[in-house]
Amino acid sequence: MMKTTNRGIAFKLNLWILTSVTLIFAVIFTYTYLFTRDMLIAKIEQSALDLARATSEDIDAVLLSVEKTPENIAVAMEQFRPQSGAFTGLIQETIKRSPEIYGATVAFEPWEYSTNIRYFAPYYYKGRDGKVEFTYIPYDYIYEDWYQIPKELDEPVWSEPYFDEGAGNILMSTYSVPFYDLNSPEKKLWGVTTADISLAWLQEIVQAIKIGETGYGFLITKNGTFVTHPNSRLIMNETIFSLAEGKGDARLREIGRRMIAGETGFVSLNCEFSGKPCWLVYNPLSSNEWSLGVMFPKEELMADVFRLNKIVIGLGAAGFILIMFLIAAISGTITRPLRALTRVAEDVATGNLDAEMPEVKSRDEVASLAHSLDNMKTSLKDYIRDLTDLTAAKERIESELQIARDIQMGILPKVFPPFPERDDFALYADVEPAKEVGGDLYDFFFIDEERLCVTLGDVSGKGVPAALFMTITQTLIKTRATQNLSAGEVIAWVNHDLAQENPSFMFVTMFFGIFNVKTGDLDYVIAGHNPPYIVRANGDLEMMPSTKGMALGIREEAQYSAAKVTLSQGDMLFLYTDGVTEAMDPHNDLFSEERLENILKEHGLMKVGDLIKHIFAEVHSFADTAPQADDITMLALRYTPE
Amino acid sequence: MPGVVILALVIMACAGAFTAPAALAKEVRLIPQWVPQAQFAGYYMGLKKGFYKKRGIDLTIISGGPLRQSSEYLASGQAEFATLWLASGIQMRDHAVPVVNIAQMVRRSALMLVAKKSSGIISPQDMNGKKIGLWEPVFQIQPSAFIEKYDLDVTTIRQSYSVNLFLRGGVDVASAMWYNEYHTILNAGLNPDELVTFFFYDHGLNFPEDGIYVLEDTLNQDPDLCKAFVAASIEGWDYAFAHPEETIDLVMANLEDEHIPATRVHQRWMLDRMKDLMYPLSGGGISAELKYDDFARVAYSLKDFGLIDSIPEYNAFYRKCYDENHQ
Repeated sequence: MMKTTNRGIAFKLNLWILTSVTLIFAVIFTYTYLFTRDMLIAKIEQSALDLARATSEDIDAVLLSVEKTPENIAVAMEQFRPQSGAFTGLIQETIKRSPEIYGATVAFEPWEYSTNIRYFAPYYYKGRDGKVEFTYIPYDYIYEDWYQIPKELDEPVWSEPYFDEGAGNILMSTYSVPFYDLNSPEKKLWGVTTADISLAWLQEIVQAIKIGETGYGFLITKNGTFVTHPNSRLIMNETIFSLAEGKGDARLREIGRRMIAGETGFVSLNCEFSGKPCWLVYNPLSSNEWSLGVMFPKEELMADVFRLNKIVIGLGAAGFILIMFLIAAISGTITRPLRALTRVAEDVATGNLDAEMPEVKSRDEVASLAHSLDNMKTSLKDYIRDLTDLTAAKERIESELQIARDIQMGILPKVFPPFPERDDFALYADVEPAKEVGGDLYDFFFIDEERLCVTLGDVSGKGVPAALFMTITQTLIKTRATQNLSAGEVIAWVNHDLAQENPSFMFVTMFFGIFNVKTGDLDYVIAGHNPPYIVRANGDLEMMPSTKGMALGIREEAQYSAAKVTLSQGDMLFLYTDGVTEAMDPHNDLFSEERLENILKEHGLMKVGDLIKHIFAEVHSFADTAPQADDITMLALRYTPE
Repeated sequence: MPGVVILALVIMACAGAFTAPAALAKEVRLIPQWVPQAQFAGYYMGLKKGFYKKRGIDLTIISGGPLRQSSEYLASGQAEFATLWLASGIQMRDHAVPVVNIAQMVRRSALMLVAKKSSGIISPQDMNGKKIGLWEPVFQIQPSAFIEKYDLDVTTIRQSYSVNLFLRGGVDVASAMWYNEYHTILNAGLNPDELVTFFFYDHGLNFPEDGIYVLEDTLNQDPDLCKAFVAASIEGWDYAFAHPEETIDLVMANLEDEHIPATRVHQRWMLDRMKDLMYPLSGGGISAELKYDDFARVAYSLKDFGLIDSIPEYNAFYRKCYDENHQ
């Protein structure tokens, strides 16, 4: 009990408050996270592009300065046609002065330098110790890319990187400028001047790019070939496209195509090296149309955001726990006195109205509740006291009522046979009153030696007034009947007396008969009452004719005429109130006259006492559990003169 | 009918079941015409899987390459078996080296021309007035015949081993091997739908390429050895095509041993294309037969282009040396 009470409020509070708090927190957290993330990504993108551009520009600056050398030499060759000594000196000098140039040559078309020499290409390059070395290019160079492509395109070209076997013996890229014999009538190629750069320094520049732990830069050529990459297996071996083919990654191929097309971009992809999600920023070199890519590891760059997230989530969790404890504490302050109050209430429920109230210091609803409970206790005490008084009063009234009832019933003759000395008739009557003091009455008395008065009536209403009214009626009947009046006169007078002083408009229905035991004649008046039955000696059942009188006590000047029947040996008069025929069963069906008549037809020849007891039994078994609403009264008189 | 008689003799010589106890394993050497790339994967797999050994052949494979010409090794006896292009084999025979083709392994020519659609070339006629890159003589026969066939007016440029001249637009049309340069072009970022291809095979100029060659003496002295060698080679190729990843592992390892830069994707592409070139389109396995039509097409073209003086005798040049059941 204590636990569930506690859990009830604490649990509900926790559930609803924590759920809402969590929801609010989640919304705020998500928004903050997205906002900071997007802000950070935008910043990263900007700085990534800046970095890529800056690095590209650094490389371009060098490459563009390298381009100047063969361009100048080409111009010199075309304009001044210097002797071999002169241009070889020029090449040598250029190399010395250009730290970024690895080697340079002037390569002529076959037989063009001299009709005795097929291939002429004096090559100067930097040796191991930085000294300028010299060699004639020993191979058939005119089908080499660095010679053939500018020749066929008629324009200066940067070559794809290649390992120069035989002359430079390093990984290099060559800028080649075709020059022409301006003396010939048509534009005739004379040769190609070149400058080589060692790719080592390019690789150094790009490899110097370090983004976090795993970020890196890489460089791909116009064909997508890797020139630099932290995975050295790729260098000069794989292209970004072969890599994409190996991975079955169509998107990587598309990115590669954009790169070699000279586009600039910022894309999200999985890093080739670590397999983790990265951003790739790419930017072309304007000089040789290669493309620089820089990989930014997302995880590392987002580390701040992730750390912030962890902290925020941690704070959220701490707050969550704090709120949980707070709620537990608050609900505790509520539930503790409540539990105490509950105990008191239970105590009070068992009837201990002097249970000690717990002390509640707070001034909140719990205090009000305690106060109310206290009030309730006091009120209960008062109420119980009042109730006790009231019950006592009620009991007194009821006992008085019981007395009234007893008195009323006492008025009715209850001793049977009533006239034990007589055997010329048998008479039995009984009343079964309903709960309250009711208003049925019956009576029989001799006016003289021969005439017996028989009355049976039913007063409207219930309770003491009805009982009084009935008593009055009975008294009036007795009084009038003994004045030697006819039945009609007796009833007229009784009616007159009752109606005269009847402020509460009560009335009584009545059968009044004067039975001559000598002759068997019965003068009678029926005032608004159910007509009685006569069961003849042979068992025939007759309903006595009505005398069409109204109930007594309504109209002062109402007239009543009497009727007369004659009873013979063995005939029986049967009077009853509607308590018999209107008795109800649990389905609210009435006992009805039909049932009564059937009983009278079947058992009409029983002894009068047995018959009435039998009818009572039948009514009871019919009514079953339904409460009795009205008094049930019956009177039977069998005439037996012989 | 002398041809028929000789053919009958050859068939008799090569017939008869081959059984050789492993103890009497014959030591022989094979030199493919180039480096140990996927183009020759079947021989290496046959060696690794013991297909030669179980037929009584103790095989050593010598790596071919620019410094080791398989034709020279075969002619000088440094290798008993060599792979050669059919055109090269016919040229050797014409130059009085008594080589014999014992199995024409590749049935389709892999040589092709490739152009960028952006250069406006869709059909052969579109090549008029364009520059075409051609390799050295033996690779020029088919393109030259192609130019003749379509009566094209083109400028031919000597093409080196790189495709950069083509990629940069120095030539409009490039020579390419389907299993090699074409893939290099794709891996330089050009999409197949941006390229137009001309397979000589589709233009009535099919010059079947790799075949297995021996000197006449080798065949005459030990026809069973030749037969066993061809059967083991075919088994090796079938195994290689059925187990591509295992095969590429071996190819990559061999190339690494030779310090030759290579990529897996390229070797895989090459192996897949070899399968296309060796297995008939109609299904079925390697037939190893040199059809007279193919022989004649190549030989007469060589003669037309002045690369040989006379057409070798077909029945002397090709000696069938295999059983269909690849015992």
